[in-house]
Amino acid sequence: MVMGVILGVFAALGKTSKILPLRIIAEVYIWLFRGTPVLVQLILWYTILSQTPEFTIALIALGLNEGAYMAEIVRAGLEAIDKGQTEAAQSLGMRYGQIMRRIVLPQAMRVVIPPTGNEVISMLKTTSLASVIALSELLQRTQNIYTCSSCDGAFHPLELLMIAAIYYLILTSIFTVIQRYIESRLGDRRAGEAGRFGDWFGGRMQQAIGGRRA
Amino acid sequence: MPAVAFEHVSKRYSTGEHAAVKDCTLLVETGAFVVLLGPSGCGKTTLLKMVNRLIEPSEGRITVDGEDIHSLPETALRRRIGYVIQQVGLFPHMSVEQNIAVVPRLLHWPKERTSERTDALLELVGLPPDEYRRRRPRELSGGQQQRVGLARAIAADPAILLMDEPFGAIDAITRARLQDELLRIQAQVRKTVLFVTHDVEEALRLADVLVVMREGRILQAAHPRTILSQPADPFVAELVGASDLLRRLSLIPIGETMHPLPTGKPAELPIIERRESLRAALAKLLDSGGQSLIVVDSGVPAGLIELSDIYAAARQAPSAEALPA
Repeated sequence: MVMGVILGVFAALGKTSKILPLRIIAEVYIWLFRGTPVLVQLILWYTILSQTPEFTIALIALGLNEGAYMAEIVRAGLEAIDKGQTEAAQSLGMRYGQIMRRIVLPQAMRVVIPPTGNEVISMLKTTSLASVIALSELLQRTQNIYTCSSCDGAFHPLELLMIAAIYYLILTSIFTVIQRYIESRLGDRRAGEAGRFGDWFGGRMQQAIGGRRA
Repeated sequence: MPAVAFEHVSKRYSTGEHAAVKDCTLLVETGAFVVLLGPSGCGKTTLLKMVNRLIEPSEGRITVDGEDIHSLPETALRRRIGYVIQQVGLFPHMSVEQNIAVVPRLLHWPKERTSERTDALLELVGLPPDEYRRRRPRELSGGQQQRVGLARAIAADPAILLMDEPFGAIDAITRARLQDELLRIQAQVRKTVLFVTHDVEEALRLADVLVVMREGRILQAAHPRTILSQPADPFVAELVGASDLLRRLSLIPIGETMHPLPTGKPAELPIIERRESLRAALAKLLDSGGQSLIVVDSGVPAGLIELSDIYAAARQAPSAEALPA
């Protein structure tokens, strides 16, 4: 997911860039990875990188796929920021990178948080697809238990799958709560009362993307 | 050496048929308050934005302090030129303090110097630092935001200040107050100011040099009084309302037409400040029903002005109707 967000930010910058080759690269990347099923991508990477550990393959495949989706979300965020902000930053003598890091991205993040929450949850569930490349994720483990040949099929598949579903539900619920929290604090800030968390979060965001000088 | 010089500057957009700015030549003296005035679409904003290269000229040359603006990197040029825009343009995710400190931080000023400067600027624009430093732009009124915008523009003490209709979105009362404040601040800091507006009253009030534009061309560049008394053509005359006598009187300071105070004159006459205009003097005369006023300079009697002086001054300037059409 982290990889997806980072890739997404760069792809979105690429897509909104004035430099044509960058724009083409970003467009093709998004077109390719958003346009094909993630299951097909997983198996393809598994076949191409047959020597690599399954976990790494799953990471690469899901990360690249996620990046393409995040790119569109981040792009929407970037475009939601008033052009006057860029112009003001330019007129103060900021370079493109500084404008993006300090002015546009921190503001875009607020717009981007809700759909990103969606993506986190969706991604969490998509990890179940990694079972096809024999990665022992939650679904694979569950199936291993109820198909255990040496155990005479003594275990009940329906109950076990229900338990797996409950585990997914617990994890996604946790993320939903976290997302709500972040949103409500950012919402407060938008309304004008600079919430303590809003300030903290905004600061972190700026530090994270702005480097040491932010 | 002029602070800013435009030499035969034109701007053509690839999409548009006609040029936005056509062959404009203008010399701006250091410390002058220059107002670019004209109807919307006349090219005044384009001309302004070419100074800090937000827009590149298609033809001609622009120099700042004698240096071609293309001899400097864009970012270095812009850090030397303050810029205040139409819709404020403060950064909403930063506090007032952080907004003002943007350019000092870009220039790697030490923290102490930056915060001292920020406080001094907040004082200058009339916002007590202790109260406003940590606020967010959203928590300020439009007028207060524009004050912060001005503070941010002059944070690194640029010699040149560009202002693009800074008070356009502000109510009339606040605007008048901000104009006074701007004149007060300008008297203190003496920047070379280029100010764009389509508001004639604002232009006449602020300008040392008024530049009237139409359809990309500069029609006339002169002191507001000269433009009112000798408009270059009927369009200029109509735009600035040259036929409006009261408007003309409002630009003539009393100090110019007053007589020395005769000795032994009774001091019961109403008084008026020397820096006020003839229009204000006329109003006071009408109000008092008398024939003359005592002119004072910071409370000390300095001269006398009579109704007949105001008549004479009003008759001096040719009216717009007398101009060739």
